[in-house]
Amino acid sequence: MNGTGLLRRVAPQLLTLAAVLALVTVFFPSFLSVGLSGDRLVGSPIDVLKRGAPVALLAIGMTLVIATRGIDLSVGAIMAICGASAAFAVDQGWSLGVAVLLALGAGLLCGLWNGFLVAVLGIQPIVATLILMVAGRGIAQLITEGQILTFSDAGFAFLGSGAVLGLPVPAWAWILAGIVVGLVVRRTALGLLIESVGVNLRASRLAGVNSTVLLLTVYMISGLCAALAGLIVTGDIRGADANNAGLWLELDAILAVAIGGTSLLGGRFSILASLIGAMIIQSINTGILLAGFPPEFNLVIKAILVLLILMLQSPRLGDVAAGLLARRRRADETGAAPRPVQEAGR
Amino acid sequence: MLLHARGLTKRFPGTVALDNVEFGLAAGEVHALLGENGAGKSTLIKCLTGAYRRDGGEILLDGRAVDPQSTAHAQELGIGTVYQEVNLLPNLTVAENLTLGRQPRRLGLVSRRAMRSLAREMLDGYGLSIDVDRDLGAYSVAVQQIIAIARAVHLSGKVLILDEPTASLDAREVALLFDVVRGLRERGLGIVFVSHFLDQVFAISDRITVLRNGRHVATTEAASLDRVRLINLMLGRELAEETSHNHGRREAGAELLRAEGLGRRGRITPFDLTIRSGEVIGMAGLLGSGRTETAEVLFGATAPDSGTVRDAKGPLDLSTPARAIAAGFGFAPEDRKTDGIIGDLTVRENIALALQAHRGWARPIPRAEQRRMADEYIRRLDIRTPGAEKPVGLLSGGNQQKVILARWLAMNPRFLILDEPTRGIDVGAHAEVLRLINEMVSSGMSLLVISSELEELVAVSDRVIVVRDRRHVAELAGQAITTEAIVNAIAAPEAKQEARA
Amino acid sequence: MTKILLASASALVLGTAASAQVVGFSQIGSESGWRAAETTVTQQEAEARGIDLQFSDAQQKQENQIAAVRSFVAQGVDAILLAPVVATGWDAVLEEAKEAEIPVVLLDRMVDSDPSLYLTAVGSDLVHEGEVAGQWLAEQVGEEPCRVVELQGTTGSSPAIDRAQGFRNGIEGHANIEIVQSQTGDFTRAQGKTVMEAFLQAENGGADICALYAHNDDMAVGAIQAIKEAGLKPGEDILVVSIDAVPDIFQAMAAGEANATVELTPNMAGPAFDALQAYWDNGTEPEKFIQTESKLYTQADDPQGEYDRRKGLGY
Repeated sequence: MNGTGLLRRVAPQLLTLAAVLALVTVFFPSFLSVGLSGDRLVGSPIDVLKRGAPVALLAIGMTLVIATRGIDLSVGAIMAICGASAAFAVDQGWSLGVAVLLALGAGLLCGLWNGFLVAVLGIQPIVATLILMVAGRGIAQLITEGQILTFSDAGFAFLGSGAVLGLPVPAWAWILAGIVVGLVVRRTALGLLIESVGVNLRASRLAGVNSTVLLLTVYMISGLCAALAGLIVTGDIRGADANNAGLWLELDAILAVAIGGTSLLGGRFSILASLIGAMIIQSINTGILLAGFPPEFNLVIKAILVLLILMLQSPRLGDVAAGLLARRRRADETGAAPRPVQEAGR
Repeated sequence: MLLHARGLTKRFPGTVALDNVEFGLAAGEVHALLGENGAGKSTLIKCLTGAYRRDGGEILLDGRAVDPQSTAHAQELGIGTVYQEVNLLPNLTVAENLTLGRQPRRLGLVSRRAMRSLAREMLDGYGLSIDVDRDLGAYSVAVQQIIAIARAVHLSGKVLILDEPTASLDAREVALLFDVVRGLRERGLGIVFVSHFLDQVFAISDRITVLRNGRHVATTEAASLDRVRLINLMLGRELAEETSHNHGRREAGAELLRAEGLGRRGRITPFDLTIRSGEVIGMAGLLGSGRTETAEVLFGATAPDSGTVRDAKGPLDLSTPARAIAAGFGFAPEDRKTDGIIGDLTVRENIALALQAHRGWARPIPRAEQRRMADEYIRRLDIRTPGAEKPVGLLSGGNQQKVILARWLAMNPRFLILDEPTRGIDVGAHAEVLRLINEMVSSGMSLLVISSELEELVAVSDRVIVVRDRRHVAELAGQAITTEAIVNAIAAPEAKQEARA
Repeated sequence: MTKILLASASALVLGTAASAQVVGFSQIGSESGWRAAETTVTQQEAEARGIDLQFSDAQQKQENQIAAVRSFVAQGVDAILLAPVVATGWDAVLEEAKEAEIPVVLLDRMVDSDPSLYLTAVGSDLVHEGEVAGQWLAEQVGEEPCRVVELQGTTGSSPAIDRAQGFRNGIEGHANIEIVQSQTGDFTRAQGKTVMEAFLQAENGGADICALYAHNDDMAVGAIQAIKEAGLKPGEDILVVSIDAVPDIFQAMAAGEANATVELTPNMAGPAFDALQAYWDNGTEPEKFIQTESKLYTQADDPQGEYDRRKGLGY
């Protein structure tokens, strides 16, 4: 996709983001201000970039999985497993490199397992990944022995709360991961093949696409993204919290993909749009915290905003509105109620 | 005339599904409606029952023009339909299913007693002794079918359309159903019977109407028609003329591939097939006879469980489509929408797909090269599209078919299978596809062309394989390739001998 | 007759002397670190008293607990400790224990049954915990104005409601103390940190915040990191008081980054065993509710030592 095409693709998401930011600014006027504290940038926009990192990272992998007409419910649990693995390694006194490799390896393994269930055994993705979603937290708890496994390794903590060139490491992580994955899928043929399998698996197979390997690959990428997210949240609180790390984040990631306009029925996808979607969600989350509403309202406000966003982006809304207008006009002209349109087919 | 459709026309984008079709149904007759897939049978039925809005023509019921808006409306007018898959609710009782939507009420509540007696009354005369309080799902498909008929007859009462009602019934159940149908005929209903089973058609029908390519071909008394003539009508051999093969046009090349004992249990009986380079092998047979199944085992779409395919260098691995493609095979499937095109992707991407999949994801075809390829094939194959970046799903059937051909031409396969390459596409595209077939063969490619269009097969094939009951039953070559010979081979179960030139 | 009396008397003497009492303990499960610590401490307390403890883990299922209590009754144990997973549905099994004259002591959570069906209940008072925290802060700041941010527990949960109420009771009458921000941190470390970051943003980079009150230590630990990353010193620039007394908060206190925590003691069994001993010895009926101490720990209370003592308990 060329520059203008890309811009046109993500324009609805950018407009939504702008609207959300404007809305939050109404309730919290200094929301958009960014300052410099020491050598790092501070301010709500920076918080959004940082706090949105786990969902943004998950959304990258989730976009690819959803593009193949799948879904990955297990990413939150994979975060817990990978965070626990890394914390375990650091706790054992192994080097940070080993810990990170262990976490990334665990993420790949989890993705391979999901991909195996989906691509080889042919289990429906929602069921296949539900298995790890449920069991994964148990695995993480076994690793941490049920406690919050705390550590004091400064390098690991840097992954979660450090800053490079003023920008928090988690923000770098999702931005770079998004660029790398985005380039890989668009500069190779991976993106085309993923979309092709998502639109029509059978026809793609008959055109020679190796759908098994492709599905394994996307679930493994999703596992890898979850591993990065797990490392970040674990480093951020200097502890692996098997019960709560990544809890329900799979749903936010799916939501980010949906807000990004990728159809849950597979096919055309845009990682950039999903990432903007993740930032929209995080802006809402941060905005709610800053606006100072009583906590009982948090979920309701978020739900209403998400509903509004999805309604405004719905292609049907335009049709429905046009249809209502036309119907009104016709009714005015004939002075009679319009005749109901019958659905065709048996 | 009870029901009379005159000049019925229905168009879909890129194709005319019904072209000025005439259909008459008398009271007290069973009228079979026949034709191969895509002939227009189901479109005609859907126009009669209001599921589709017709684009032209009129429908007369008892001499009055009617305009069914929906299946429910058609039912009110007197036209009831029963489909192959019973459209009732298996978890409700027989009585509830029969009276659904018009349960007898007392004081606003459904009266179960009145409902039961109404249900029994409705089933009266169908020769069923069943408990109307049991769940519908407890009974066999045949009984459910009859219950569906009873409901349709009760609701409409003039015209009953049976769409492939016997597809999942065994012989005894078919007999039971036919008893019911004969009973209804005696009561004066007009019955339209759609089926692929010719034996059943001859057993029950009074008259037969044949459609082909959306056109009315013939309506005759069933008793005056024999099987061969019927198949001729369905497959479109013009009765007077005899198309003959343009022999000696091509030199048979060297042997390219040899399949031995290739088969798959339950799909296609093991067969031998030799393919020479630069020849067209035609494949004829009725729907479901094993034509597509032959193509699928050759291409690895269904893995064969017996036999081998070898070329000059040795045995080939054809266990998956990707491997078959690596061996130089290509396959343009019969069902373009579900098996061929990737609807949401662009013309360019669809054309590049097979080549890209073959190269692997890590070696992308550069965008400029894809554009060049797409533009070249759009020009060469005269693909009518506003541009290479148009989603292929928005193109007409014929142009989608050309995109798939372009996809395989880009691969330059040595052996290409075309399953019904001209089905459902308009006349212009039809001729161009035939021209392309000839072009590909003259460039040395070998083709297996599966078609229901016998003239087409006769015109393009060097040899014709005839398939019946999932078995290769005859091979015709050279002078022996005539539509008559093909029809005879399809129709006559005893014509086992191989006809050779 | 005398013989029988003598025999039973000697049995009684032998029983108390050898302290070979058998106590069944039906634990909910091990869903949290605190719960695991409670199990460990109960086993330690039993061992110290020479009590033979029969432990049963119900894995969060009431039917497992009922089965366990029934089997304790069948074994004829001397007493039963029950940490009930839910409040209702205990009448039948508690009556069976009462008919068998086996005293039942409830740990940590209450049941909706008639108080005559159990000997006593040992537990903490969630409101009181909040009050202790509030009073500590009031004492600490004196007459200085103090803007407090509050990290609440999971919205709607009883610890969140009661600890919020208790804290407000504790600071009542101190108009100089004002709760300026209150949000849920879901009892987790990560949310504690996230929400604290937002508080710091909202309160002039944290310069306007005088103290943090967190409904549990985990959220406080997360918030402390947020405060540090904002360039402030937790424990000095912003006072930190929380509840639970888990090992990690003592580490923070030892480092001077947290100021106070109110203990939710995992030692429910100690008071329970004391009450049982008195009951066995001379039939003393304890109060129907024994409130455990909500002890306040500050930096002056040897936080490093407390950390070392607690970290082995399974928190």
